[in-house]
Order: sequence, then C-alpha cells, then structure tokens
Amino acid sequence: MTATMAAHPESTPLIALQGVRKTYNQGLPSEAEVLHGLDLQVGRGEFVALMGPSGSGKSTLLNILGLLEPMTSGSYQLQGEEMRGLDDAGLTLRRRSTLGFVFQFHHLLPAFTALENVTLPSLMSDGQVSAKQRDYARELLAEVGLAQAENKRPGELSGGMQQRVAIARAVVLNPPLVLADEPTGNLDQASSAEVFNLLRRLHAERGTSFIVVTHDSHLAARCDRLVELVDGSIDRDGAVVATV
Amino acid sequence: MNMLRWLGFEQRVALRFLREGRMQTLLIIVGVAAGVAVIAYISALINGLQASTLTKTLGAQGHITLRSLDDVVLPAALLQDGVTTLTQTQPRAQRLRSVVNWQTLVPVLEAMPAISDVSPMVSGAGLALRGEATQSIALLGVDLDRYDRIVGLRSKVVSGVARLAPGEAIVGKELASDLGVRVGDRFTVQTGAVTDSVRVSALVDLGVRDLNRRTVIVPLRAAQSLLGLPGGATNLDLKVHDVWKAQALAEDLRRQYPYKVESWQENNAQLVSALNAQSVSTAIIRGVVLVVVVLGIASVLVVSVVQKQREIGILRAMGTTRGQILRVFLLQGAVLGAAGSALGLVLAVAMIWLFTSFVRGSDGLPLFVISLPLGTGIQVAAIATVCGVLAAIAPARRAAAMDPAQAIRI
Repeated sequence: MTATMAAHPESTPLIALQGVRKTYNQGLPSEAEVLHGLDLQVGRGEFVALMGPSGSGKSTLLNILGLLEPMTSGSYQLQGEEMRGLDDAGLTLRRRSTLGFVFQFHHLLPAFTALENVTLPSLMSDGQVSAKQRDYARELLAEVGLAQAENKRPGELSGGMQQRVAIARAVVLNPPLVLADEPTGNLDQASSAEVFNLLRRLHAERGTSFIVVTHDSHLAARCDRLVELVDGSIDRDGAVVATV
Repeated sequence: MNMLRWLGFEQRVALRFLREGRMQTLLIIVGVAAGVAVIAYISALINGLQASTLTKTLGAQGHITLRSLDDVVLPAALLQDGVTTLTQTQPRAQRLRSVVNWQTLVPVLEAMPAISDVSPMVSGAGLALRGEATQSIALLGVDLDRYDRIVGLRSKVVSGVARLAPGEAIVGKELASDLGVRVGDRFTVQTGAVTDSVRVSALVDLGVRDLNRRTVIVPLRAAQSLLGLPGGATNLDLKVHDVWKAQALAEDLRRQYPYKVESWQENNAQLVSALNAQSVSTAIIRGVVLVVVVLGIASVLVVSVVQKQREIGILRAMGTTRGQILRVFLLQGAVLGAAGSALGLVLAVAMIWLFTSFVRGSDGLPLFVISLPLGTGIQVAAIATVCGVLAAIAPARRAAAMDPAQAIRI
C-alpha cells in the first residue's frame, strides 16, 4: 500500500495547498465560490487551530483536506503526493492510511461497543482484528480514560466519553494527521477541556499533526498555530502567541 | 479462511446493521419465510398431485403402445395431372391384426437405452359368462412377468396370487363381483366362435372402476387362441425411464418403423393439458411470490440505507471503500434471503404435515402423498437467497455511491 505512494521525507510538508478554489453549483445560477485560491502548508507534528465565522469555508476546507470533497481547482499535496486527479479508490486508500477524523457529533457506530468502534479501522483494513490490535485498542481506551467502558455501546456513554472513544478510533492506525471538526462543540465546559487536553497529550506523545476546527477562542489559544478564514480566504495565519 | 477474512468487515457490519434494526429485520425475515413457504408448499403440492395423477393414469397402461398400422382403402385409380377426380371411400372396419415380426422387434426395443421394459399383448373384446350372468370384457393376453414390469400388476392384487398358468385368469374385482366369482372359481370366456373356461387365480384393483369391471387377463397363448391370432401380438406396451420423454421417443419410433406408435400423452391429451396448465399456474404463483419477496427485501434495505446514511458516511471517511459498502448491503440481502428461506422451509414442512395429517379422502386415507424433497428445498432456498442479493443491488449501489461529506453532515 505505501509502496505505491510517493516518498515523503521529513522536509516535505505534510500538507501543501496551492491556489485551492472550491465552487458549488458550477454553471448554475446559484453558483458560489466558497474558497478563493487558498495557499496553506502544514508541517509534521503541528497543532493547528482553524477558526472563522460561520460560512467562512472552514468545513469545506476540512472536507478537502480530509479527501472527502474534491476541490474545483488548485493543488493539494499530501505527504508530497498530489491528490488532485486521484479516483475514489485512490482517495479512500489515502484517507485510510494517512488521516484520522474526529467529528463534532462523535459519529460512533451505535451498533458497536466502544472497543469495537476503536478496532473498526483495523477490521476494515485487514478483514479481522488480531489479538495485538485488540490489545492496542484497549491500551488506547485506557489512555483516553475509558478502560472500564470498552463493552459499552455509544448510547450508554456521555457526550465527552463518546468523543474520547472517537479520538481513540481516529489515532488507532497511527495516522500522521488527525482532522477534528469542532470536537468540543457539543460538550459542556468540563468535558470540552478534558477532550482538548487529550488531543494535546496525544499530539505531545505521538507527534501526530492535528488540524482542529473550533469556534472557541480559549481552546484556539492553546494551539500552536492559528489559521483564520474569512469569506473563503485566509485572513490570519501565524503562531498562537503572536495572534492572541 | 481467506474468504472469511475477505468478508470479515462486511459480515460484521452487515450483521450489526441488521441486529440494530431488529424489528424491521424480523418482520422482513417472516415475510420472506411466508413467501418461501408458499413457494415450497405449492411446489410440493402440485408435484404430489401430478405424481399421483400420473401414477393412477400410467398404472394401467404402457407409456408407449405400438400397434400395426390401420387398414386403409386405396383409391381405385391413380390421380392424373389435369384431371379432377371425385372419390368417395368408405373407411374400412379394422380387424384384429398382429404386429408384424413382433418377436424380432421386442429385443430391438429392449436394447434402446430410453426403454426400460417391453410387454407383448393380445387384446380383444369378448364375453364372460357364468350362470345367467353375461358381461362384456376386455380380454388381455400377456406374459405376466413382463406385464407386471409395465403396470405393476402384482401390487394391485387384492385377493389370490397373481399367477397365469394355462387355463387361469386374473380378473378385475368389480367384474368378479358382477359374475359372482371368487379366487378358484371358474367362468367361461367367449370370443366370436371360440369359448373356453378359465379359473380365477387373483382379483385385482386397477384403480379405475371401469377397468375393474371389464378386465380379464389371461396367458398370451390363451388369448392368441381365443382371439384367433395364433403366434401374434396385437400390441407391444413399452415402459420408458422418463415418462415426459415418451412423446419424443414415440415420434422417433414412428419415423423408424412402419407401426402405429402412440405415447401416453397422445392417449391422454386432456390430462396432459391439465398438468401443463397446473405447471404454468404454479410457475406464475412462484414468480409473483418471488417478486413480492424481492420487493420486500429491497424496500427494507432502501429504508436502512436512508437510516444509516451517517454511519455510511463515517465508514467512508475512515477509508471504507465503495466496494466494501456495496458488499455490506448485498450481504444483508443475502442474510435476509437465507434466514427467511430457512424459516420458510420449516413452515412449508409444517404445512405439508398438516395437509398429510388432516386432509383425507372419502375413504379416510390421505388424498395423495406430498413431500418436500431435499433437492427442492435447497433449490427454493438458493433461489430466495439469490433473490435477496438481487433485491439488495439497488440499495447497495445507492449506499456505495453516497457522498461521504454530505452523509456526515446529515
């Protein structure tokens, strides 16, 4: 799988966007360009907050970064490999090997237990879950503080707990990049802080890159870098210390 | 093992999806089961009915009968070109005639792979006399062993022992009653100028009242003598391995030999039409029920795809391929079809048991035997399972084609 992909030396940025545009309803009277030629680079091990008012194009950008939506024009290099022009199978393969997702509404599979949700990516990749993979998933659940909840269904867990399971699932295959879409947006303040601390801890321990979309300026202040989108363009991009 | 691994993810997700919508799953399985039960039961019922009808019909006759050609009247003068000739001919009365060279023909026919048995017979009309009773009879002269292989005569004996020593006769049970004879009694057979006395060795029930009232079976030689046909045989009865191929074989024989050859289908045209109508009706019912099964499974899966949009989106975002999503839903169709089939077959067996146990004829015996052969059961289950997969194709394609970004937003 990795043999088919381009080599990605440490010096290559993890993400390199150049002139990325996204237009919805192209050719129709309702045509609307939501991203206007974005340039953005994210290096390995960065912890980036993506902020902006509603409708600024954050979710669209995250979807493009997550290979869930095609861009209309421009270039997107992931680990040095151009994503533009890849077919669905190619994009799926790269999502599986390179990306982890955390969504605002947890998005766990309700029919599976917490442990099964965490092992789902392994099952999906290999068709089975080895004892080693299961043990690793248990370790991750313990790391997110849910060792006792492995056999519980999502419906039996609180919002914060569900989000922690989702985070464990996002990192179980050790992807170099995790994309989190308002991971604390649906949580109370205590759970929100807990989840954010967890993201920071995983970042520190594993060196995984995180791009976190958030509306919460307090949380953004705890990131290393802040990218702010306004009306589909990058308004500010810099280290958090310098911007907040 | 590889197959299990290949479908490990799909199988796990498909089964969980089905378990999650438990009530929905249960209802459609019961629906499929009802459809499969109807198909299996109707198939068994019609097969049983047709087998019973055929057994009764063919139990007293050969599958193919070979006779000498009818006598015809030849025109007095040959037709000439340019001359219009008006002719009027009276059909000839058909005399009793022997199949030419039947002794040579029997081993030739027996050597044919499609034919299992051949029985020469002399048959003609006569009278049975005893005291003041006179009954018109159908006199059959046969070689008992050969004839038994054609119609299973020994199994139809209701009294006495099937035996045809010289001077002995096997008689239909109604005729025996009309003549007032029992096994061991004698009566007189009269055919034209010849009269002979025979002793009853056995009474038989041929399954048809009219045959029981007329049939007298005597040794071949005795019939040849009574009917004035020394060394002859008026017809050869043939039994074939596959009764439904009798017609084609009869046509072959007609082409090859100068004899009048008739299959049981030609002799029972109305029955064959009725059987065909039954088969067509059964096929239509099966087809309609299968369509209902397919639509039922499809509608449940269409609803499931809509309900599971978000899960499908998250799976796609995690890196699940379109093919994997497609297979998750195809597997669900197969599982619904297979589970419904298994339950349906149990239901069908129960329905057959009810029919066999409680539906009786006027004589208190089951009307006819119906059963569900293992092969038919497997065939019905396989068809229903394949239909389940077919029903899942459209919903599965829809699920696989779903835009993950949009599905997650829902």
